[in-house]
Amino acid sequence: MSRRREVMLWTAQRATAVVLAVCVVVHLVTIIYAVRGGLTAAEILARTRGSIAWGTFYSVFVIAAAVHGAIGLRTVAAEWLGIRGDVAEVGMSLAGLLLTIVGLRAVAAVVA
Amino acid sequence: MTTASEKPGPAPVPTLRVAVWRGGAEGGRYQAFDVPRLPSQTVLDVVTHIQRHLDPTLSYRFACRVGMCGSCAMMVNGAPRWTCRTHVDNVAADAALELAPLANLPVVKDLVADMGEFFEKWARAQGHFKGAATRAEPFAVVDPATAARREADAGIECIGCGVCYAACDIVAWNRDYLGPAALNRAWTLVNDVRDTAREERLEAVAGDAGCHSCHTLMSCTEHCPKKLSPTRAISGLKRATWSLAIAAVEEA
Repeated sequence: MSRRREVMLWTAQRATAVVLAVCVVVHLVTIIYAVRGGLTAAEILARTRGSIAWGTFYSVFVIAAAVHGAIGLRTVAAEWLGIRGDVAEVGMSLAGLLLTIVGLRAVAAVVA
Repeated sequence: MTTASEKPGPAPVPTLRVAVWRGGAEGGRYQAFDVPRLPSQTVLDVVTHIQRHLDPTLSYRFACRVGMCGSCAMMVNGAPRWTCRTHVDNVAADAALELAPLANLPVVKDLVADMGEFFEKWARAQGHFKGAATRAEPFAVVDPATAARREADAGIECIGCGVCYAACDIVAWNRDYLGPAALNRAWTLVNDVRDTAREERLEAVAGDAGCHSCHTLMSCTEHCPKKLSPTRAISGLKRATWSLAIAAVEEA
């Protein structure tokens, strides 16, 4: 069981890294494009509010970042703090959940 | 005029300043020695000179002296090396050497590291061959040109010196990490068509301190005196454990 978990976590982190690579590029290109005429909240909201495309894109971005970051934090806990096993698993899950909630809340704030 | 008594003598023998770690598990310090520098001198020659001529209480480990047995590895100027095949000329640029027992292992005394945990991890990684044939059966014929055998052959020359283990940062950070040598050994067996414990072994190397803990820093590959690539072996294990997990999911 724990063996398969390692394989799945490792796979999830690699897969989310691929997703993040694409998301970061799109995000950066959008930033560079968006600030050409000056950066205003009104302009950002005009682009994102009610947009299913941007809402979906940033939701995927948030979930990928939450999964990727949480698994990474588990490794940091093991290697730097010596924390492994159940405590690390619970900590990882909470960190992932927190990042997902906070991230999706931010997405909702600019899309809804 | 030069008289007979003023004749210049033989050129002074250049010396090597050697700092050698002395002490046991409870701690220790570096002790300085001056060793005559000789042509084609190896680091092991230096250590042997110290023990035979300067301080017979110095403990160190060696056996074959020709790079086969893997027992003389130690830290040389901060890097793990097999000392019998390491020429002083190549590592002591300013005529100074600092010798210490292999990193990431407990010290027994002076330059002798306790290799116990290193080999226990080979056992934990199922690093032993498990076959189905009996001695009554003929020799198995294994085609050396097959992809699996080539993978096995790429890692088979490991002499178990512990250099990769001492070079590995993950071992330093996670004391349970199986380490490059044990995982390299497991990969050679995973690719051995005669072996019958493939799944068991892949399970053994996929724990939370197994092959997935490797960050691909490649220190093992960089330092391996046999020029093997445990990094490649570990990548192979990651792929193989992934295939096994996917197969299990598909069966379920």
